[in-house]
Amino acid sequence: MRVLGLDIGSRSVDAVWLMDGTIVDAAVADSGFDPASVAAAFVDRGAHDVIVATGYGRRVAGEAFGADVVTEIKAYAIGASALFPNARAVLDIGGQDTKAIALRPDGRVADFEMNDKCAAGTGKFLEVMAKALGFSLEELGSASMAADSGVQISSMCTVFAESEVTGLVHRGEDRGRIARGLHQSIAKRTLGSLKRVGAQGPLVFAGGVARNPAMVALIRNGFSGEVLVPAEAQLVGAYGAALSAGER
Amino acid sequence: MSDTAVDYHQMWAELGLNLPMHDALLEAVGGMYGGTFMTQKNRPEGMGYLDFVMSEVHGLRIKELDDFRKSGGKVVGTYCLYVPEELIRAAGAWSVGICAGAEWAYDQVEQILPRNTCALIKSMMGFKLGKVCPYLEEADLLIGETTCDGKKKAYEELGKMQNLYTMELPQMKRPKDVAFWRSELVDLVAKLEELTGKKITAVSLAAAIKEVNGKRRALQRVNAARAADPAPISGLDALLAVQVAFYDDVPRFTQMMDALADELEKRVAEGVGVAPKGAPRVLITGTPMALPNWKLHQIVENAGGVVVGEEMCTGSRYYEKLVKEDSATLDEMLDDLAAKYLDINCACFTPNDGRIDDVIRMAKDLKVDGVIDYALSFCGTYQIESAAVAKTVQDAGVPVLRIETDYSAEDVGQLSTRVEAFLEMVK
Repeated sequence: MRVLGLDIGSRSVDAVWLMDGTIVDAAVADSGFDPASVAAAFVDRGAHDVIVATGYGRRVAGEAFGADVVTEIKAYAIGASALFPNARAVLDIGGQDTKAIALRPDGRVADFEMNDKCAAGTGKFLEVMAKALGFSLEELGSASMAADSGVQISSMCTVFAESEVTGLVHRGEDRGRIARGLHQSIAKRTLGSLKRVGAQGPLVFAGGVARNPAMVALIRNGFSGEVLVPAEAQLVGAYGAALSAGER
Repeated sequence: MSDTAVDYHQMWAELGLNLPMHDALLEAVGGMYGGTFMTQKNRPEGMGYLDFVMSEVHGLRIKELDDFRKSGGKVVGTYCLYVPEELIRAAGAWSVGICAGAEWAYDQVEQILPRNTCALIKSMMGFKLGKVCPYLEEADLLIGETTCDGKKKAYEELGKMQNLYTMELPQMKRPKDVAFWRSELVDLVAKLEELTGKKITAVSLAAAIKEVNGKRRALQRVNAARAADPAPISGLDALLAVQVAFYDDVPRFTQMMDALADELEKRVAEGVGVAPKGAPRVLITGTPMALPNWKLHQIVENAGGVVVGEEMCTGSRYYEKLVKEDSATLDEMLDDLAAKYLDINCACFTPNDGRIDDVIRMAKDLKVDGVIDYALSFCGTYQIESAAVAKTVQDAGVPVLRIETDYSAEDVGQLSTRVEAFLEMVK
């Protein structure tokens, strides 16, 4: 059976094509202003028998392409467990939300937590802060890695933190130390979520922000168990969605 | 709701409503109702009555109140189920629960109340300031209560605009608190007798107790049927029944709910349901959902779950307990009322362990797969209690999802994802 897994997120649309459970192709595209059309381009390739969609656009995909739908929580749990069968927790920091998922030994979701309203401490947060500091996203991560210590950032709200960062810049604070402080505050918040759901290692760190080495280092440092980062961290949701087709 | 056969604009104008805004409100609520309720599949026929009542929510029912007042009757508006409807009816008046379940005129509200006030209180003020609630304008007296600091202080402001009397609800349940609450009931008797010019007698109060108990019994039957799998009625429809119970004509509503219960019992016997057998079953506990707040139920049921119970003031707390019916004297009946009403488990009390016991009992009786703890933002009492509720219920082996929200639509996307993932997890 050929399955197309689609993860239609706020920042990117990720696609994974499976043939009898094995990945045969994958693609990532910016969501832009019309994610449904971006997803449609993947669907139009016609290389599938079944589609399973996850992410914010899952319902739209369900209606437009007759796709089955699963939540991101379940998709990440399945994807992460398939990549690392001994995984007991998943962390996904995406463009617009953060999910901390504790897994049962059989890979099913035991408990989860997700930020409820705003983009506090997500990929979007880092994007806005990079811009405020005049860095690209990659530079933000490396500047944070290079700094010897971080400035205390007290606000997690994207809007308030931006004013806080602007204030620090105007006071002549080193950009690298601010970058490190921002990463530290996200890590602290995220580790709190993992703790609340009772996450044990090994932890699979997935989602777009897992490509940021500074974030990975801080999570690794603060988490009690092993932290595993998949090579294609961004595709875990689409992969999990595609694999879930077998469960239906 | 907008295409009523009779034109009520003259009646609304006489009540002093802001007609353009009121038309806009009816249009919005009518659209919401159609999209939320009328799209449900396989509804019980008995819901036709509630559909009709909702289509006439600001029409025929207001006309009934209007006619009642023109013939010398008095209408009393309430905001909380601690205010005993029995006393209001025993004094010859009608009790109507005032809605506070939609964002309205917040720009005006925020000139009086802090922005960080719970949605229920802001809505309560918004309906008054925006002049869009005919029930408020029909009320000869509003009765407030000291259930939380927000309401208590907001009533001071509301009282500047309308005749309002506030009852002091104690916040503990010791014998001396019950005695104090009884003294508040005695004061209310005098207040109501002054309003209507009629004496509350043992005969009139006994009749009112019977009547209101009858309404609660009918709702108990409707809700007991929800223990069946498949559930014979949706959570949305069952919630609506309790929301309507607050303001509809008591004998008529009771009769229609008994008829609905007959139908539901028949459905259960035949295995007919609104969701497939085995659909994830959810109990919701927390802050009240005033009309027209259907947000969380809609999210759960759109996600393929079915809400089978509400441990809330617009739920079991409203109908679960009855007032004793065999007392002979007015004094004994006031004792009975004080005991019954102080036995409701609201988070404004300390301690409030009874609520957690209720949640666990209902979770077992209704065979739920999960509990959703629901708190409105800035509702301190329920928000604080939420952690203890979640922990105790989880320890009893029932998964819990904690949700904090308000009446806005801005978080519906994220809430849907969380609720769907919760349903995936518990099944």
